[in-house]
Amino acid sequence: MTRLLVSRIGQAAVVLLLAFTASFLLLQALPGDAILIKYQNPEMGLTPEQIAEIRVLYGADAPIWAQYGNTLWNFLQGSFGYSVQAGVPVNALLATNLPPTLRLASLGLVFAVLIAGVLAFAATLAPFAWLRNLLQSLPALMISVPVFWLGIMLIQIFSFRLRLVPIINPSEFQALILPVATLALPIAAPLAQILIRSLDEVQTQPFVSVARAKGASRPWVLWHHVLRNALLPVLTIAGVLFGELLAGAVVTETVFGINGLGRVTEQAVSYQDTAVLQAIVILAAVGFVLINLVVDLVAPLIDARLKNPVGASA
Amino acid sequence: MTTIVFPNQPPVLAVEGLSLAYRQEAGWRRVVEDVSFTVGAGEVVALVGESGSGKTSTAQAVIGLLPDNGRVEAGSVRLSGPEITGWSSRRLDAIRGKSISLVPQDPGSSLNPVLTIGAQVGEILRLHGERDGRLRKICVLELLTRVGLSNPALRYDQYPHELSGGMKQRVLIAIAVALRPGLIIADEPTSALDVTVQRRILDLIDALRSEFGTSVLLVTHDLGVAADRADRIVVLKGGRIQEQGPTAALLARPSSDYTRRLLADAPSLAPLSLRLTPVKAEASIVVSGLTQDFNVAGKAFRAVDDVSFAVAAGTTHALVGESGSGKTTIARSVVGFQRPTSGRVTIEGTEITALSGEPLRQFRRNVQLVYQNPFSSLDPRQSVCEIIGEPLRNFEPVGKAERHERVAAILAQVDLPADTIGRSPRALSGGQRQRVAIARALILEPRVLVLDEAVSALDVTVQAQILRLLEDLQQQLGLTYLFVTHDLAVVRQIAHTVTVMQAGRAVESGAVAEVFTRPQANYTRELLAAIPGRQLPSSARNLEYAGAAE
Amino acid sequence: MSNLDLFTTRRPELGLSKLRQLDVTLVLSWAVVAIAVAWAVAPGLFTPHSGTVGIAGNQLRAPDATHWFGTDEIGRDVLARIIYGAINSLSGAVVAVVVGFIGGTSLGLIAGSVGGRLDTIIMRIVDVLLSVPGLLFQLSLIIILGFGTVNVAIAVGTTTVAGFARLMRSEVIRVRRADYVEAAFGSGGRFGAVLWRHVLPNSLGTVIAFAALQFGSAILAISTLGFLGYGAPPPTPEWGLLIAEGRNYLTTAWWMTTFPGVIVILIVLATNRISQSLRRTP
Repeated sequence: MTRLLVSRIGQAAVVLLLAFTASFLLLQALPGDAILIKYQNPEMGLTPEQIAEIRVLYGADAPIWAQYGNTLWNFLQGSFGYSVQAGVPVNALLATNLPPTLRLASLGLVFAVLIAGVLAFAATLAPFAWLRNLLQSLPALMISVPVFWLGIMLIQIFSFRLRLVPIINPSEFQALILPVATLALPIAAPLAQILIRSLDEVQTQPFVSVARAKGASRPWVLWHHVLRNALLPVLTIAGVLFGELLAGAVVTETVFGINGLGRVTEQAVSYQDTAVLQAIVILAAVGFVLINLVVDLVAPLIDARLKNPVGASA
Repeated sequence: MTTIVFPNQPPVLAVEGLSLAYRQEAGWRRVVEDVSFTVGAGEVVALVGESGSGKTSTAQAVIGLLPDNGRVEAGSVRLSGPEITGWSSRRLDAIRGKSISLVPQDPGSSLNPVLTIGAQVGEILRLHGERDGRLRKICVLELLTRVGLSNPALRYDQYPHELSGGMKQRVLIAIAVALRPGLIIADEPTSALDVTVQRRILDLIDALRSEFGTSVLLVTHDLGVAADRADRIVVLKGGRIQEQGPTAALLARPSSDYTRRLLADAPSLAPLSLRLTPVKAEASIVVSGLTQDFNVAGKAFRAVDDVSFAVAAGTTHALVGESGSGKTTIARSVVGFQRPTSGRVTIEGTEITALSGEPLRQFRRNVQLVYQNPFSSLDPRQSVCEIIGEPLRNFEPVGKAERHERVAAILAQVDLPADTIGRSPRALSGGQRQRVAIARALILEPRVLVLDEAVSALDVTVQAQILRLLEDLQQQLGLTYLFVTHDLAVVRQIAHTVTVMQAGRAVESGAVAEVFTRPQANYTRELLAAIPGRQLPSSARNLEYAGAAE
Repeated sequence: MSNLDLFTTRRPELGLSKLRQLDVTLVLSWAVVAIAVAWAVAPGLFTPHSGTVGIAGNQLRAPDATHWFGTDEIGRDVLARIIYGAINSLSGAVVAVVVGFIGGTSLGLIAGSVGGRLDTIIMRIVDVLLSVPGLLFQLSLIIILGFGTVNVAIAVGTTTVAGFARLMRSEVIRVRRADYVEAAFGSGGRFGAVLWRHVLPNSLGTVIAFAALQFGSAILAISTLGFLGYGAPPPTPEWGLLIAEGRNYLTTAWWMTTFPGVIVILIVLATNRISQSLRRTP
């Protein structure tokens, strides 16, 4: 078990290092230069010498490998460099903007899981075939909806038409309803789809018939036998869902004008503020890798077969 | 095998005029038609039939567990009197497990992989009212002991993947007998198991049955198993009952043609004329000191340990053994798919273990392999013509027309209709597919054919046809066969010589006549004793061969 | 997208009633895609209005008989803008899928058929690609490549390389393990011949179905980037951009945002349905 853990952590570290290297190469090999963009602006009236000095200050004149080493060392220490555009350390930028995004994302996740679970169970247990079919095809529809459009539609319907959610001076709770819904629905769709399919698949397994032959009712079998087996495939996409959640948050924040990581990302792209974007990319990669690590550790608790991968077939 | 039947009691199970159908794209398709039979108290009744005969569907309908797309169209199922086909699932839940229980087909997938053995056996007690967890555990441990599991306390906390196939089937039997039901449905309870394990499991079911006075509805494809274990036999074909009656009478005087054919085709221990080794011919295959190690989870595992044998040209040598005996590994070394850790394989004077690259490819012309599963060994995207013609494309760049001609010729040789040539393997039955696979192996006119469980996936009547075809081809073409199988009865029918494998070692080797009549090794004796079908009347078999030929 | 994970979980066989019903949806799906393609090829045939030039005094009209989807703030017909925008979104999606398909399948084919160290290296690279959320990855590429329709398409395509590579590799490995592939080697087939005759045809089917699915999500991704303002510049009638422009008139002109979104949804639904049918008939 320990050996497995160590090797998994090693693998995760390799992936992160590669991700860092790739993002560094990608974002430092830019045609545009954030420092030039900001300070070459004639309104600032800076001489080329002054700009060169600023470049030295930011370390932009050092050879690429030295920049790489420095940046990596700083990242490892938790320091993500300076935002050229905002003129503050990236850490400070993240510190103010990460919490609202995290709150939005975690609420979105909770609701997505709830919606997906309810939908999957309804689609599996609904009394009529046509109702089951209808419920089963709902996720396919939800998956085809652009997130930003969904947000706009929700505003239009609930704020403008029905006037249920005020947009002017909303309470903290009111301000969160629509963004959370916007984020949760598209995340719930793939989750529900996977859950429905894996429920379907597990239900055809012979051990389900055996359980029924013992005298167990359908709901009993679903709860005691099917669910735990069906959860594994859902767990394996947890990492991907995290990425989706983050991307969804970026779009949602833009639509609803919420300050957060999404706004920061959008501005970083617009102003070619590479340090900020790289920090966000690496943060996302760390989240993805960590979640997959946790999934790998949790999965054996659900399915004992995963404890020793080769298994004693005696 | 003697059973006391009480004629005055109502039968434990009475099936009357049962018809079942499945919903398919084209509408409802009948799979079972007007089936009637009874199972008396303490009786064992066997439902015998080949795949598609409706035997499993009948069993599922009896316990009320037809798949969602199936339905009972007509007829009744009475369980110790009351009719249960119209019952609500709640009412059925109350009797399932308690008055009627199931021993399923495939122990490998019939236990929930994420729950412990203890939880799964305990569940049936819990479902039927035992609320006290401590009592349940005591009861489960008792049951696990009763079904012959070693170290029940350990098994209680283990998961299914930590148990062997035979042990899992014991657990499933423990579940089935837990509440001493009146009727146990055993649906092919041993077809996924090795023959020696099969025997022990069937013995166990017998013992529990006589101890508890339970009746058994035994569903099987194997007439031998039915003959050995059942009081009465019901023969099904295409969803209809062909005939039924007390075992001895039915086997001695079968009234339907189909039963006669089944009896004729069932390979068994009946003293048929054995194939005798021809006058000493030259050795075609020589395997000497073959050893194969595999790396399993960082540890070396010896799959084959110093095995040697020789096969005379134009004869059939059988490699027989249970799963994990190393027989398939040897076959793969003989065709050059695997380089042995040590030892030599020589075919027609060429040492194949020394070959690689282009010389190995060229040598493949001489040795061809036929696989167990004809559904996976043919490319579903190719036509029969492309499949059989492919080896020619690899070795003899003849024109398309000539290739087509040669494929047509070989199709005739394996007794396939000429119009098969343009069809997709998907449109063919299992037996036909296996003939295509044999045709592909033969088109390069190899000297040696390695048959890896080549008839194991087929129904007995089809199996008998393929075996006959192989025999004919051997006589016409002078082929040498290496025949890998787990089925001793088939060995007896087709092989001249045999090597018995156990856990990677050859425990016995020699002429079939010798090994089968005077086995030297204990393991061989055990294997021979485990072959089902002792009760099949040999006199009937010999008579029926004439009947089958018509 | 978690497309690949959705894609690789097998769907159980469907019963009769479902089949009939789904055939209708399949025909409809092909019709939707055909219309969209026709819009892209010959937009002039489908609308008398201009996609870029507005008519003064015609601003912000609600849908009526002449302007089915209404008009925008400078009097342009919304339906015309959608029709003229088809070429942007569709060609973008085609470019994206081609980039992902060629890049991904070749990587996956090499990884799956050669194996060994090369396989490990390729799959590690794929792991890295997968570890960054699609949108962030696309934004990183757009920063370098610059804004614009083609760059957006390339960025979206590059994100799908990982999915194609993983699927192709697993398909190749699945097919390579099949008995018929070993049998082909056993009957004297050379590596290249077996790869060409058996491995490639049998593994490509699934990948092509996946490509259809990716086509739909590429349209979604491209419209998202267009909405954020990184795609085609403003007068161009790009679908995501149409929705972004309509945002300012939510209270007065609901049609400006609603209809482009509905069109996107229909096309994505249609391609997903087609992908599903491609998977079932190999």
